[in-house]
Amino acid sequence: MHVDAGKITVLSAKGAAGGYAKHIYQSRSFLTESAFRRILYLSGISVLLLLSAIFLSLFIASGPAIKQQGLAFLIGRVWDPVAGRFGALPFLVGTLLTSFLALAIAIIFSLAISIFLGEYFRSGIASSFVKSVVELLAGVPSVIYGFWGLFLLVPGVRFVEQQFGVLPYGVGILSAALILSVMIIPYAASLGREVIGLVPSDLKEAAYSLGATRFEVVRKVVLPYARSGILAGVLLSLGRALGETMAVTMVIGNSNALPRSIFAPANTMASIIANEFTEATGKVYLASLVEIALVLFVVTAIINIAGKIIIIRMSVER
Amino acid sequence: MGKAIKLFSILLLLCAAGTAQAAGQQELTGAGATFPYPLYSKMFDVYSKEYGVAVNYQAIGSGGGIRQLINKTVDFGGSDAVMGEEEVKAAGAPVLHIPTCAGSVVITYNLPGNPEIRLTPDLVADIFLGKITKWSDPRILASNAGMRLPDMAITVVHRSDGSGTTNIFSDYLSKVSKEWKEKVGMGTSLNWPCGLGAKGNPGVAGLVRQTPGSAGYVELIYALQNKMAYAAMRNRKGAFVRPTLASTSSAMNVTLPSDMRVSLTDTEAPDGYPLAGLTWILVYKEQGRQGETEAKARELVRLLWWMTHEGQKYAEPIQYAPLSKKAAEKAEVQIKSITYNGRYVMK
Repeated sequence: MHVDAGKITVLSAKGAAGGYAKHIYQSRSFLTESAFRRILYLSGISVLLLLSAIFLSLFIASGPAIKQQGLAFLIGRVWDPVAGRFGALPFLVGTLLTSFLALAIAIIFSLAISIFLGEYFRSGIASSFVKSVVELLAGVPSVIYGFWGLFLLVPGVRFVEQQFGVLPYGVGILSAALILSVMIIPYAASLGREVIGLVPSDLKEAAYSLGATRFEVVRKVVLPYARSGILAGVLLSLGRALGETMAVTMVIGNSNALPRSIFAPANTMASIIANEFTEATGKVYLASLVEIALVLFVVTAIINIAGKIIIIRMSVER
Repeated sequence: MGKAIKLFSILLLLCAAGTAQAAGQQELTGAGATFPYPLYSKMFDVYSKEYGVAVNYQAIGSGGGIRQLINKTVDFGGSDAVMGEEEVKAAGAPVLHIPTCAGSVVITYNLPGNPEIRLTPDLVADIFLGKITKWSDPRILASNAGMRLPDMAITVVHRSDGSGTTNIFSDYLSKVSKEWKEKVGMGTSLNWPCGLGAKGNPGVAGLVRQTPGSAGYVELIYALQNKMAYAAMRNRKGAFVRPTLASTSSAMNVTLPSDMRVSLTDTEAPDGYPLAGLTWILVYKEQGRQGETEAKARELVRLLWWMTHEGQKYAEPIQYAPLSKKAAEKAEVQIKSITYNGRYVMK
């Protein structure tokens, strides 16, 4: 029995890790070592499997819609469940418009917050208070943001629209983007703060010794150093903006037409799925909703990959 | 130690008693429409106390209810719309539509002082088509003689989620407006020509409340509970009828088909409100499926009978329109036609 167990250990040691394991193979610690490694491999692989399974099941379930409409689905402007015509362009545009608009608003604020917390007020009661408030913002359920938006933000936007002389709906792309930006600021800000805190102090001190002011240090040393990390945080928050459903659906106006301005009501991919899935009957209708999910999946993946490439480029430059 | 063992054995006994009770008790499951959910949960609560049969109803929406029934994961489905042709085909066997109560859709609005306005079918169609854009439109003023309506833009608010309410609303407009029928049609989700979408009755009501000059549609129950302003509608016989429980029940006073797959909108009843609709329980006519016992079929039939008879008295207190006498009679005939392996369940 003992001999057998030893053999098995030797075999698995060779199989798993090659030669270097030889001098530890007798000990039980090697067994735990290899089991641990296997668990890690397994979880890594299962994430990959899960992702491809999601993609595959979306692809299969959207089959009837893909077969019927092909690529016209992506450029179709009409979503008419009654007549059975399904075009996803208004939702694609709505999702991208709200997300990137939200990102543009959020970058300014999250950058300011992360510089404030990462460089100016790194410790102390005030700092930890602001820090926990920012983290709390990330934990607020999106339906609460939605209600807040509907009852407080929307009347405000309506007032602004009245000043501009556009149709004062209140709800629309601008309201959705504003809500989204509030929701994603904590993500970008928290990560930005971490990265800015990691900037080596000898670099900063060197700049100070050359007579740089604090603003100059932030601008010329801290930000360039932390650039790729800040971008990673922004990317993370963009992912959340693309998929956000509840808060957006409550303030975007849910109009399935292509938006003409940022004040116009629109709809997003996540929102149309949440709205129409429960009552969708008919094969192509259901499949079209699943295909929208597939498009959302692909768009999110593309944006993430593009973001990764940008981050890598920026870090190499340094 | 001894104490722990004692406690453990007591727990074990309790568990055993619990499962024994559950095994002795029949359970029926259903899923579907959200509209009648408050009424159904009241009915099923009373029923389980009186007859010891637990009924589990999940309000997942009419479309979902039909899907679950076809997949045979539930004993009955609930729906605000009759099954479409595609669904009837997918069901594979005859499905009965047993009406349980009726509801109405009201046109609600936000005007200064919220007067009760009167609307005609073509006015509603043109407002929701985006053709009438001002409250001071001469056609609106013509049907509201003596009322001063403001020179405000009309903001249309509709449901963004698929809903039986939209189905009744668009069914009505398709009947009264040719243009609506051609351009938009009827369904649970539509390609709206104009306006804003909001999720659920609360969403529409919320948006109407905070948008001056808006017009939307919600369920009568919701409008009553939230004391919202709503319009009187001109019905087919030319009378302006306020939406009430009585005028909703009156809408059933028409020649009803024996299968009860009937739309009540644009009713011919002289005192009926034109935007009314039934809600149904859907069951397979033949209950003898794989793994189903006759005892269970009998329980289901008894439940349906109770819901369309004694159970009706629970409708009005929570603002649902009960079945009219004629409609209840039609329901009786259908319940009696349910079979188990070819034999009638009710004798």
